[in-house]
Amino acid sequence: MASVMEIYQLLPKTNCKECGKSTCMAFAVDLLSRKVKAEDCPPLVRENKYRANYEKLSGMITPVGNVTETGLIVHDEKCIGCGNCVVACPVNVAADPMGAGSGKAPTSDRVIFKVEDGVVKAVNVKECRRFGENRILCVACIDTCPTKAIEFV
Amino acid sequence: MKLDNNYYVCTGCALLCDDIAVELEGGKLTKVHTACRKGFAFMKGCSSPMECTVDGKKTDLGSAISEAAGILRNAERPLIFGHANSSSGAQKKAIGIARKTNGYIDDTSSFCQGPMVEAIMEGRLKTCTLDDVRHKADVIIYWGADPANSHPRHMSRYSYFPRGKERQKGWEEDRTAITIDVRKSDTAEICGENGLYQIPVKGDAEFMDALVSALSGKIPKTSYDFDKKRVLELASILKKAKFGVIFAGLGMVYALDDREPLYRLMDKLNSVSSFHLIPMAGHYNMRGFNENLFEETGYINRVKFNGTEVLHGPEYSVIEALRQKAVDAALVIGADPSSSLPRSVVRYLEEIPLIVIDPCQTLTSLKANVTIPCGLVGVETGGSAIRMDGVEVELKQITDTDRLSDEEIMTRISEAL
Repeated sequence: MASVMEIYQLLPKTNCKECGKSTCMAFAVDLLSRKVKAEDCPPLVRENKYRANYEKLSGMITPVGNVTETGLIVHDEKCIGCGNCVVACPVNVAADPMGAGSGKAPTSDRVIFKVEDGVVKAVNVKECRRFGENRILCVACIDTCPTKAIEFV
Repeated sequence: MKLDNNYYVCTGCALLCDDIAVELEGGKLTKVHTACRKGFAFMKGCSSPMECTVDGKKTDLGSAISEAAGILRNAERPLIFGHANSSSGAQKKAIGIARKTNGYIDDTSSFCQGPMVEAIMEGRLKTCTLDDVRHKADVIIYWGADPANSHPRHMSRYSYFPRGKERQKGWEEDRTAITIDVRKSDTAEICGENGLYQIPVKGDAEFMDALVSALSGKIPKTSYDFDKKRVLELASILKKAKFGVIFAGLGMVYALDDREPLYRLMDKLNSVSSFHLIPMAGHYNMRGFNENLFEETGYINRVKFNGTEVLHGPEYSVIEALRQKAVDAALVIGADPSSSLPRSVVRYLEEIPLIVIDPCQTLTSLKANVTIPCGLVGVETGGSAIRMDGVEVELKQITDTDRLSDEEIMTRISEAL
């Protein structure tokens, strides 16, 4: 997953304010959380010297068609359906220790991840440890993904 | 729409995952639960199914079978090859046909995991089942293997992530995963920075001997000057293992000229702790063929029948048989040699009468004189198969088909002979 500094380095860093933000750093933060698109930075699109950076940014910031309320994105085209996240997710283990937690097919409806048609699907995302009042920065599903198909924004 | 809660078995790879649920509509698969991307693609069936043909012209099943039997009858030394993607029943019939026709019989293990399966069947290497791995294993080594790509559910279902009876905390605290490979594979990504031991191509035998030295308290030396501290570190992890397992991939098999370094390593490991080896078989029933042929002849592959005599040796392997042009007809079932073998070897298949039995059109079937379509085992037909660790798994039929199973086709060819 891209970090805010990586994104900032690819922006013009001129603080021209054409995008409506006060600084390029502010734009980078919004870009990371998908509030704006790379195209919203006029100099980046307009000027030839930023072309390479613009292309790099567009590849880095993939569109969020299927983003869930908790900011969890599963990139279907990258997912191989290995189910590592299904087994590693602490919420899945608590909800279904003998099924999903033991590597087998989920037997409970309270799991967050399950694999359908060869691709992982996020359900019940409100149960995710990154959501709600006592949220923590859990990375179990991101760390265990061999293809980096899961992302939080 | 009905959700079928009876679990089915996926035949996408040799893991034979037996927890697949499906949704059916009008006798067709509409949704598959829990299968990985590879398994799902396999279960969905082929994009171009094979037709029943003789010399390129469509025909009925009966005449294709009698034509196939005719080819085998007229041949003096036919080759019966493939078997990795066919049910155990069909494999047994194929062995019978080879015996009847004094033919060569070989499968894909001949250029795949054959050496490892052979050592296990002869009792030379200690092995265990994948369920043992889930319940007990604490040190897991992927040697020349990349299960994240070859067997997507390997790590999540058996080897690394799941909780088991004696490993209730799962991967974070209870298990250590190590990759020994020539590159940073996707599996190595998961094993972390310290989990990858990157060795040069063909450096496996030396690395094994270095590990043996380290385990015996000597300085581990390699000609490619691998960091000695790291080898000693690895040796101390292996020494502390309560239940270790090595998953031998094709990388290891191809790198070893003979199995002696591996024997030395396994003997040493078993004298200081407990280590097991499981071959990472690819096709779902390759191990099944090895076991079936072993039962019949005492050899796992590369066999030629000669009356009551059974000949075995590298000269009877599919590669040598084709390269030396020793065979005069071929029956290929459940494999696609034209895609998996070099062109210089398979070119000879075009010169001899060729029969292909498969659900899908393959590169081999395009050049065949007789093609006979069969049902997709594990989806359209049932049967049984043997998992990579030697456990027999019963396969259930999911959808109906008007095609015969591979076992029935082999039975009818055998009868027509």
